[in-house]
Amino acid sequence: MEQMKVLLRNQGKPDMEDAKAYIATGGYDGLKRALEMDGAEIIEELKKSGLRGRGGAGFPTWLKLKFAFDTESAEKYIVCNADEGEPGTNKDRVLMSCDPHSLLEGMVIAGRAIGAHVGYIYLRAEYPQVRPILQRAIDSAYTCHALGKHIFGSDFEFDISIRSGAGAYVCGEETALFESIEGKRGEPRYKPPFPGVHGLFGKPTALNNVETLANISHIFRNGAIWFAGIGTKGSTGTKLFTVAGNVAHRGVYEFPMGINLKALIYENCGGIADGKGLLAVQTGGSSGPFIRPDQIDIPLDIDFVAASGGRLGCGTVFVIDDSNCILDIVRNTQDFFAYESCGQCTPCREGTIRVAQIVDKICRGDGSMVDVRALQELIDMLRVAPLCGLGHSSAVPIASVLQNFMPEVEKHLDGDACVWCNTQKGGRS
Amino acid sequence: MNQVNYSITTPQAQLVRVAEIAAAWHGRPDKLMDVILEVQHIVPALAEDVAAVIAREMGISQNDVYSFVTFYSLLPVRPSGRHTIRACSNAPCHVRGSKAVMQGIEDFLKIRPGETTEDGMFTYTLCSCLGICDSSPAIMIDDKPYGNLNYESVQMLLKRYIREDVDAWNR
Repeated sequence: MEQMKVLLRNQGKPDMEDAKAYIATGGYDGLKRALEMDGAEIIEELKKSGLRGRGGAGFPTWLKLKFAFDTESAEKYIVCNADEGEPGTNKDRVLMSCDPHSLLEGMVIAGRAIGAHVGYIYLRAEYPQVRPILQRAIDSAYTCHALGKHIFGSDFEFDISIRSGAGAYVCGEETALFESIEGKRGEPRYKPPFPGVHGLFGKPTALNNVETLANISHIFRNGAIWFAGIGTKGSTGTKLFTVAGNVAHRGVYEFPMGINLKALIYENCGGIADGKGLLAVQTGGSSGPFIRPDQIDIPLDIDFVAASGGRLGCGTVFVIDDSNCILDIVRNTQDFFAYESCGQCTPCREGTIRVAQIVDKICRGDGSMVDVRALQELIDMLRVAPLCGLGHSSAVPIASVLQNFMPEVEKHLDGDACVWCNTQKGGRS
Repeated sequence: MNQVNYSITTPQAQLVRVAEIAAAWHGRPDKLMDVILEVQHIVPALAEDVAAVIAREMGISQNDVYSFVTFYSLLPVRPSGRHTIRACSNAPCHVRGSKAVMQGIEDFLKIRPGETTEDGMFTYTLCSCLGICDSSPAIMIDDKPYGNLNYESVQMLLKRYIREDVDAWNR
């Protein structure tokens, strides 16, 4: 299957930090078009395009902007979530490195839509190499009047600045990210009030993922109808997929939504590396479920994957070969959540640790059915009780293992020696 | 998160520079991260006395500064070596053999995660995903990412750092 390069159309081209080079490829044409429209018209165009958030939840982008648009306030903000912490994901790094102006353009258009004049890019500290690229792009955009006062001769003004994270997975949660920008601990807030009403600095805010914002620039350059014609009915446009783990060709690929997962792994990524067999695939990052090889013949479309119990999430496809043990992998994943839980709410702080401990116990061959029932209780609790999405999805990996890989779990319960789990300890604890 | 006991004293000259940086943002608590990122290149660690100076100059409480610093895993409250090695411990690196890479580092430097070598050259920690999953197993040394490592190649890499260590010339 051929890749369809929309977001990555400028990949490999030189000087893409330079606004002039970007303009030469038709860049900022979308912004010029958006400057002739008012906020309601821009949001209507996004609604027609069917664009949904690319960060994980798949929330309709136009609706997110509409919440902020409908709230009266002299100050509003556009925030770009570039805190790409989901293990196995690097699509935003690739996108920001090869086409930074598409992100800036999307942010200005989103600002125009809701009437915001300030935008922040919250960049994770693990990407020090991306920051100078973004900064040069921003400086260059000011020189070419794509940012600042009187953008392209209009009366609209917009400023963008970069804010840095410092290594906290939870800061990918929108309200935690606001807290972090405000100079506080990245602890999620209670919702409601939602960011569209009370966001960054208490003002109406629209927060979007890097890929979502970059898509906005392409929608306005090529039109909503063009965008809606790509992908599937419920999930329009293209999607960046990060394929990681034991595949022959790892990397970031761009395909229309709805591409078949099996074809992606075996045709485009060259199948499993080193001639081994497939053990499991995890879609949607660490908070996604593990599925069996007989379950991978599915289209990667937001609604379809969700209906089949999975999660498209940020488009991560993590492939695991049969030289691994699924319990060892899930132990590593649950350790990750126990470590990254911010500790603010008790269900998540205690729950993630207990899950990690019990999974470790089962791995070591000391578990029993009592432990499996305890895990079930914790899974049910974590699904509803925590404050934010980190907690809610923290037990998805182990829940999917109990559902899809029960024979493996039973082997460990019976104490049958597992070379991997006994000699290897996942995670960092 | 573990509570870290720290009782180091920061040299007065360094605290003066910290005060200069922080004073520029008095009344702008949202600039705390930028201040801390700049300050951490000056002081050996973000210790209690550093937090006190930042708090005083920015007009926020010392508690806010210190709870901020301890929240984020990349902000060190203990003195680090000249180079910080971060090894990714997450699943995409794990299935590609990150355990062997960690073993290679530990065997070569004779330290465990969280420790600093005796000569003060390397601090070694484990971390969450570095976003270099297309070349896992990956580590970062200071600001530089390195991928596709194994037990031997990570040791070669560390040898290169020791060989080319600029600070050694000045000692």
